[in-house]
Amino acid sequence: MTRGKAVEVFKVSKSFGNFQALDDVSFTIHENEFFTLLGPSGCGKTTLLRMIAGFETPTEGAIVLFGEEIEDLPAHKRHVNTVFQSYALFPHMTLEQNIAFGLENLGWDKARRQARVAEMLELVHMTPFAKRRPDQLSGGQRQRIALARALAPEPKVLLLDEPLSALDLKLRQAMRNELRALQRQTGITFIFVTHDQEEALDMSDRICVLGQGQIQQIGTPSEIYEEPVNRFVAAFIGESNFLDAEVTALDGERARIRTPLGLEITAAHKGLTDTGPATMSLRPEKIGLEEQAVGNVMTGTVRARNYMGGYTHYVVETAGVELRVSRRNGLSQAESYPVGQEVRLGFRDDSVRILAQ
Amino acid sequence: MRGFRVWGLVPAWSLMLGTLMVPLIIVAMVSVADRGTYGGFDWAFNLLSYREILFSEDWDGNLAFDPKYLGIIGRTLLLATATTAICMILSLPVAYVIATRSPRMKALLIYLVTLPFWVSMIVRVYAWLIILGNDGIVGRFWHWIGGEGTLLFTPGAMLVGMVYSYIPLMVLPVFAAIEKLDPALLEAGADLYASRWTTARRVILPLTWPGLAAGAVLVFVPALGTVLEPMLLGGGKQMMMGTLIQTQFGGGRNWPFGAAVALVLLAMVVIVLVLNARRAMHRETRA
Repeated sequence: MTRGKAVEVFKVSKSFGNFQALDDVSFTIHENEFFTLLGPSGCGKTTLLRMIAGFETPTEGAIVLFGEEIEDLPAHKRHVNTVFQSYALFPHMTLEQNIAFGLENLGWDKARRQARVAEMLELVHMTPFAKRRPDQLSGGQRQRIALARALAPEPKVLLLDEPLSALDLKLRQAMRNELRALQRQTGITFIFVTHDQEEALDMSDRICVLGQGQIQQIGTPSEIYEEPVNRFVAAFIGESNFLDAEVTALDGERARIRTPLGLEITAAHKGLTDTGPATMSLRPEKIGLEEQAVGNVMTGTVRARNYMGGYTHYVVETAGVELRVSRRNGLSQAESYPVGQEVRLGFRDDSVRILAQ
Repeated sequence: MRGFRVWGLVPAWSLMLGTLMVPLIIVAMVSVADRGTYGGFDWAFNLLSYREILFSEDWDGNLAFDPKYLGIIGRTLLLATATTAICMILSLPVAYVIATRSPRMKALLIYLVTLPFWVSMIVRVYAWLIILGNDGIVGRFWHWIGGEGTLLFTPGAMLVGMVYSYIPLMVLPVFAAIEKLDPALLEAGADLYASRWTTARRVILPLTWPGLAAGAVLVFVPALGTVLEPMLLGGGKQMMMGTLIQTQFGGGRNWPFGAAVALVLLAMVVIVLVLNARRAMHRETRA
């Protein structure tokens, strides 16, 4: 399926005084895509979103919205809408008035406005609250009205600035599904900013990982998790064991490394140009214990155990290296390895990712 | 503890009684007294002074309705209202600019706004006499653009002086209201296709209204009783309630009448305060 381009970001840089918030960032977001900007705070993701909304101007570069260059277009003339982190509902207006605000400014006539407001309230299941004011709502309800208000003017792109961060855990999970469903239902391109990797993995079609003002990786959630291109991505999304390794041979895709575990491993690599030092990345859940130990099998000693409910996290020492191991708590509660116990552990070559140092 | 609750309040009560209630009662008593032959007053109880506000008595003792003092009251109300309105309009952009500066700049600008308060009122009004006078900067400009006569001793000069004197009292509460505004609300306005003007009218104005109302009371109430500006900048040509009261206790030597006018002024102030309190309460219950 070929899809049109919704937003194109070309070589965009932004600096605030001496601080370089974004450095030469380029990517394309397709129509009808749920695109997530993910990164730690200060990585420039919100700045990028605000530039698309029109609240900031790029120091350099261009932003194109459906084929139209928009850097010179003021925020109120851009056909994108934002769901703000603080929701920014107008406290002196009823929910109806909040949702109708954008439509009035666009010059919709009254009948059309009323129909659209009713439709939006229905969409977010808030119809009975139409006449209330924002301060009479719970956080989750405010969130929904903020969504309804931003969706009402039929924006070409919806921008969401950490919209779930103010909600408690249970609500956050419920809203994730609602947001995803809304995006499918409306067919609008969503650009979602978050620092929460779980949210990003759960909802996105594609994720752009930002770090230190630069794009680290763009890809589908599984690409980002399974095939991180550098140590930053591997460390920021999920957990990983990073070990210093020595590349002994490599071709275009695969490399052979000597590891501190005393093993030689052949695995996929990224960004290596020559033999020499590299980093080996191995996710904790890719290491099997005892009956799950397959591939490269070693013995080790349990040094720490953290019971997390669904999982148990272990630290296992083998060949003088401490490895974090995550084990799904299975059907039997008995299978647990106390600190000090000797265990067999193993992982497959293709679970390893070799990254430039 | 209980003893402290009673005795601890003594200083507060004596201050209230001694400095507020007692003088007020004395003024009320003077207003119903007889006018003394050589100034001052003689204790009595009659409402002649109040009657004098509305009626004048000729040599034969005939009473006739006389709108002379009603005119002064009306003019005073008009001047105070105009001052308040102009202060409101001017303070919005000023407060907005201050509220959107950096914290250091904000502190500096607020300091500058309040700076005139550190200078004697009379000095400041005299400064305007010089500025507006024929040799002053504004006066010269006036003649340069072909204006005639003098700018001084006109209602306009009076208004300029009053707006200047009272505008800090408006800027401060409006600034506080604007500063409380979540900047995201302004962005939300722009995001939802509102021009700057529409955002100002539909988002900023309604949300800063409490600040404007508070400022309006702070400006309107002292503006009602103003003396200096009408006397100096208005040249005393147009009597205001403040100057009227002042002359009755001074040259006019009619203390009971002055006291009566002062109480009418006080009643007007109380009405404004009550209306404002009711508006504030209405807001509370609605929210």
